[in-house]
Amino acid sequence: MDKTLNNKAWFLVAPVLVLVAFSAVVPLMTVVNYSVQDTFGNNQFFWAGLDWFDQMLHSERMWAALGRQAIFSAIILAIEVPLGIFVALNMPKKGFWASVCLVLMALPLLIPFNVVGTIWQIFGRVDIGLLGYALAKLGIGYNYTANAFDAWVTVVVMDVWHWTSLVALLAYAGLQSIPEAYYQAAKIDQASRWSVFRYIELPKMQGVLLIAVLLRFMDSFMIYTEPFVLTGGGPGNSTTFLSIDLVKMAIGQFDLGPAAAFSLMYFLVILAISWVFYTVMVNLDKAEGK
Amino acid sequence: MAQITLKNLAHSYDPTPRSEADYALKEMDHIWEDGGAYALLGASGCGKSTLLNIISGLLRPSHGRVLFGETDVTDAPTAARNIAQVFQFPVVYDTMTVRENLAFPLRNRKMDPGYIKARVDQIAAMIGLEAELSRKARGLTADAKQKISLGRGMVREDVNAILFDEPLTVIDPHMKFELRTQLKSLHREFGHTMIYVTHDQTEALTFADKVVVMHDGRVVQMGTPEELFERPAHSFVGYFIGSPGMNFFEAEIAGAHAIVNGVEVPLGATHGPVPGRTRIGIRPEFCVLDRAGGLPFQIRRIEDVGRHRIIRGEVMGTEVNITVPEGTEIAADATRILFAPEKINVYADDWRVAPLGEEM
Repeated sequence: MDKTLNNKAWFLVAPVLVLVAFSAVVPLMTVVNYSVQDTFGNNQFFWAGLDWFDQMLHSERMWAALGRQAIFSAIILAIEVPLGIFVALNMPKKGFWASVCLVLMALPLLIPFNVVGTIWQIFGRVDIGLLGYALAKLGIGYNYTANAFDAWVTVVVMDVWHWTSLVALLAYAGLQSIPEAYYQAAKIDQASRWSVFRYIELPKMQGVLLIAVLLRFMDSFMIYTEPFVLTGGGPGNSTTFLSIDLVKMAIGQFDLGPAAAFSLMYFLVILAISWVFYTVMVNLDKAEGK
Repeated sequence: MAQITLKNLAHSYDPTPRSEADYALKEMDHIWEDGGAYALLGASGCGKSTLLNIISGLLRPSHGRVLFGETDVTDAPTAARNIAQVFQFPVVYDTMTVRENLAFPLRNRKMDPGYIKARVDQIAAMIGLEAELSRKARGLTADAKQKISLGRGMVREDVNAILFDEPLTVIDPHMKFELRTQLKSLHREFGHTMIYVTHDQTEALTFADKVVVMHDGRVVQMGTPEELFERPAHSFVGYFIGSPGMNFFEAEIAGAHAIVNGVEVPLGATHGPVPGRTRIGIRPEFCVLDRAGGLPFQIRRIEDVGRHRIIRGEVMGTEVNITVPEGTEIAADATRILFAPEKINVYADDWRVAPLGEEM
């Protein structure tokens, strides 16, 4: 069959290309531009090659931030995913209370990030915050501005409060799609509650949980606003995660070159880990299909 | 194994039913004999599945009792009833292999592993899935999945009853026949009570010894396929069983005659006074065309359906079908219709009225 050659159709793609160029390609190339040059202002640039990358790869500060970041993501995934599933399993399936639960669950997701930070910043204060004050009255020495452990606990609890709903809502959607006959068959087969979870609910939720884990990983790995508002990365550097460190370097110290190199590596790390996550989980899925 | 008795059973999904229309199941007394092969036949939404779920304990009836043998199990959970049930759409445990799927009900009951293996192999051979035993269930076709569901339903030997809720809906027509035959042979071999819900009369009539017909939340008749055909207890049975269904005429009953539109139609038996809206019903198989006598008949069209032909027409505004054997000549001047008198049933308000002298 002869194809009609009509290249005019390419023009129709042009608006998208322009949009993507301005929203993604141009900013990214700007960063690349900074990452291989040095500047002292006045728009004077000096070629630096891969020096900044080399410097960043050997920077203890960056490795420490990456370490904190990895620990933070691991902790919140380990808490939010099981907790989200648990919440979803215990939510009413239909009726008035199901709607109430859904709205309540969605609320934290609708609050602007810096407001979340502010809420917890005040909530945890020993002098006026409900949490801090109550703990102090109970005789528990808690001070997130001075104690690194307390700061971590607060940041983690804040993230769990903010984002567990997302996992719960996704898991809930997965659960809702399971036909009633599966539960009936399980009863007939005398399956235990655990078996129902293990062989019916979990496999049926697999798809949405994959999305939940990916989203939560990416978001937590890039977290900036809430901990910045809450602790400002302190005490010391204890809650300085990658983004916070990056912003300090780029805007605080105005080290644009290293910060740009740092950004690119940060981007690649997230891309790589997400890709590995996705591939592993999709392959697991396929292997099981055999 | 035990006889299953439904005593004054009724069910409403509405917690405060006000009228009879609020009941999915109207009050009924019914006995399922131990070891019987029953088909539960009825149109969609007539309460078949509700009844099944009550027997298996997935649903608690709002009224009445369910007895297994002498034991009242109305409040017993499904697990305690020892019932197997197969659903309309395949239910398989995706992440398990076919073997694990089939073994699941036995494993949950802590059976001996050696026994489980032997039994699973036996069932797999019966449903034709031996080659797929170590495959994961999720990659299989809908057909194969439903066979697994059937297999899981049949894997336990000690069940009180096996309930099938339209299990062959998703199966290919040729497989349907094969599986039905296997179910039947399984029934002969193990003698489980089997209740098979369907809205397909062929399925019901080939599977079951006794067919239970439900209509609008009621059991309207239970009988052998022959009884349902010869003496439908309710006009619904007349319509629903047989293809095409029974012909009905508004009639007045006077002893051994019925009067249809002023014409006297002889009946095979004598009836006492019949109250209510009275009709006579006659199967298309028992009508013949004639040149004189009987009722006037107008042919509308003739359908050839293989082994026989269906003549569709009208008797004074009422649609009537006649079934004649293949190759029967249909004369152009055959404008009258005759009925075999002994095959005519009399109905009052949709329920069959037994003639005088007939044993109920």
